[in-house]
Amino acid sequence: MKKLLLAAAAAALLTCTWQAPASAEYLKEHRGGTMRLLARSAAGTLDPHINYTLQYWQIFQPLYDGLVAFRKADGKDGFKIVADLAEDMPAVSDDGKSFTFKLRKGIKFSNGQDVTVKDVVASFQRIFKVSGPTSGTFYAGIVGADKCLADTKSCTLEGGVVGDEAAGTITINIVKPDAEFIDKLAMPHAVILPADTPTEDVGSNPIPGTGAYTISAYDPNKGMTMVRNPHFHEWSEEAQPDGYPDVVQYDFGLTEEAAVTAIQKGEADWMYDQPPTDRLVELGTKYMDQVHISPLTAWWYAPLNTRLAPFDNEKARQAVAYAVDRNTLVNLFGGKVLASPVCQVLPPDFPGHVDYCPFTKDPGAKWSAPDLDKAKQLVEESGTKGQKVTVIVEDNAVSRSIGVYLQSVLSSIGYQADVKPISPNIQFTYIQNTNNKVQMSVSQWYQDYPAASNFLNILFGCDSFREGSDASVNISGFCDKAIDAKMKQAMDLGVTDQEAANKLWAEVDKEVTDKAAAVALFTPKHVDFVSKRLGNFKFNAQFYWIFTQAWVQ
Amino acid sequence: MAALAVFVLIVIACLSAPLYARWAGVDPFVSTLDRIITIDGQDVPVMEQSTEGLGLGYTPLGPTWRLGNYFLGADNQGRDVMARLLYGGLNSLLISAVATVLTLLLGTATGLVAGYFGGLTDTVLSRLLDILWAFPIYLLAISLSIVTIAQGISIGPITIESGSLWLPIIIIGIVYVPYVARPIRGQVLSLRNSEFVLAAINLGVPGPRILWRDILPNVTTTLIVFVPLMMALNMLTESALSFLSIGVQPPDASWGTIIQDGQALLYTRPLVALAPGIAIAVSVMALNVFGDGLRDALDPRSKIELGRD
Repeated sequence: MKKLLLAAAAAALLTCTWQAPASAEYLKEHRGGTMRLLARSAAGTLDPHINYTLQYWQIFQPLYDGLVAFRKADGKDGFKIVADLAEDMPAVSDDGKSFTFKLRKGIKFSNGQDVTVKDVVASFQRIFKVSGPTSGTFYAGIVGADKCLADTKSCTLEGGVVGDEAAGTITINIVKPDAEFIDKLAMPHAVILPADTPTEDVGSNPIPGTGAYTISAYDPNKGMTMVRNPHFHEWSEEAQPDGYPDVVQYDFGLTEEAAVTAIQKGEADWMYDQPPTDRLVELGTKYMDQVHISPLTAWWYAPLNTRLAPFDNEKARQAVAYAVDRNTLVNLFGGKVLASPVCQVLPPDFPGHVDYCPFTKDPGAKWSAPDLDKAKQLVEESGTKGQKVTVIVEDNAVSRSIGVYLQSVLSSIGYQADVKPISPNIQFTYIQNTNNKVQMSVSQWYQDYPAASNFLNILFGCDSFREGSDASVNISGFCDKAIDAKMKQAMDLGVTDQEAANKLWAEVDKEVTDKAAAVALFTPKHVDFVSKRLGNFKFNAQFYWIFTQAWVQ
Repeated sequence: MAALAVFVLIVIACLSAPLYARWAGVDPFVSTLDRIITIDGQDVPVMEQSTEGLGLGYTPLGPTWRLGNYFLGADNQGRDVMARLLYGGLNSLLISAVATVLTLLLGTATGLVAGYFGGLTDTVLSRLLDILWAFPIYLLAISLSIVTIAQGISIGPITIESGSLWLPIIIIGIVYVPYVARPIRGQVLSLRNSEFVLAAINLGVPGPRILWRDILPNVTTTLIVFVPLMMALNMLTESALSFLSIGVQPPDASWGTIIQDGQALLYTRPLVALAPGIAIAVSVMALNVFGDGLRDALDPRSKIELGRD
């Protein structure tokens, strides 16, 4: 009987799906209202060419557009890149070094100005003029970028970004083929802004954009108000769809506990921060319908400094990798529903990922259990037993508990370990700087765009290591010339044969994992807790919840 | 006397921390997330995974109210809160007691020298105390802790490693020096003109000897009264620093760090934060009441101004 009812329900559901109105009809039905979002704090500058935080990248999606954009779609469809301000995907030259875009006509900024070729050229110059955080990495391959990086103020990108106003085209030339260049163009750092935008960090003053919404008020201590862009018309539902709410009010200042309570009471619709762990049981039982759990292409890991004792010894590093119980860490993060144990760098279902786990009781594809005997044996063999190790973690509940656990593990295999929680505001830069002599830390990496190099090359490439710099994201200081050469080979191969490149990345992943430059801890999932009234929740794998595609009435 | 009795009981309980941990068979400094204990013949996990609904989250064991078997429950590392509370008390008491000794030594020496020698010495020392006094105490303590927390202190041959209990001891000991030095200086200023001191000076007794033999014994009563009051103050400061992760460092415990651990469990296991909070409140109250009683007993006429108006 139950089966019959289930079948009937499924049939009804299918019928409903079949008869579901098109998004235009939904838009008519649910358009309007004020959506209230919450975050503990603001996330820095409003300048899309400078801000490098997930929190504001998510906000920038309905505000700004690039020539191309990640599709505003649910799940992994969000990794697909579509034409945005450009009419079509670019025409690429045979040598893979030249990309020509044709600019759409009739698009206006929120201040009423038309979007022109001049704006596009000026926007690319501005990335360098404001010393954007990725100007030296993502966009360093553009012809003329070297001069712009050397002298930011007089940047012209001559020969690099060439506009033809009469034809309405923009040609971007790069010095060598780059398989990820289109991904980089789809990032918020390459959005198109009016040509007269100040060439300095605008801080709390919003810059006019082309998206469906615009910021009407902003106070980093209080909140942000987004309203409809009066000059917006939908040109591509995939790239920049119209939104449902008339107003999006994003308030700052409430703690995570208070935010959960506000959503439970219907006073807010969503919180940016992850719900506190001691509220998870309650949310998972009493508010099941309001909780959305989404997989992330992210990595929690413990970088081991390969240039400092004891972890300049490969066996010592491997010992820690064998000893750490990933299940325990998963539990500390909130349980199996919220995280999965991992042994390698590339997250599951990521380009180049092939299951691999050498540091477990039964080495193979998946992690099973810690091997403490093997770990102790390796510590003995390494001759590092008894040495002091300090683990630097962020001073928040989850990171601190992971740090305390790692301290226990290190002590159990023969080290004199202690753990230091330091402010989350400085921990990430602190652990990067070699002057601070950090031996081990706990960190996280969330992809910029879906490419294996964004994990392997960024986190373990020789070029990512900078002595004495706060911006040395290769925290382990790992540099293996052979592996580095293979990474470069994989990046070059990606231009012509992405599948072959991914196979090569899988090899690199395996080799980096074997060297144990970092202990892979787990892959997290994302929890979104939303209000009862909120409908049409869509989680985009690239920029997370697409808030303007949800309705509140 | 009742206050003293309460405080002594707390001290005895905290001193018994290692015995309690051994008896309970727990290590309060090691994560035991997968431990299973037996209560009323039933196996109970220390950390329980939610199995209902979406199966989100873990909840630590609540209080069992059975001594030796997670009496106050577990924290988010599966550690016995009761054992940590006792160990934490030991550290909190140790830090506040040693910091009190340090404050009294430095404060007394400064007050004696400034009050007795007067002139330029008094001016210089008093201004230094004024500078120290001008900083909000907690802000000063937090600033010093943040500077020293990562790398420790290294002055000449003396090196104190980060994570050492000596760091909060020294910081707390220093920031409260004006609280002791100023009243002592005031007392010495008046003693300096008393007949027995003037007589000693006229007889050619050296200054240090007068300070040691004639003046110090006359300020001892004040110092004795200061002990419980300063200890209470230091205990509060230590708890605040540890709560902010800049005092006692994990996995070591103090009442402040346990409150911090409990902060993440306020909704499900409030006792983890409440228990050390109550312990601090009771200890500080006992010390203050005892200090007041001591002052009344030793010198009912004297009034010690502790803290700012």
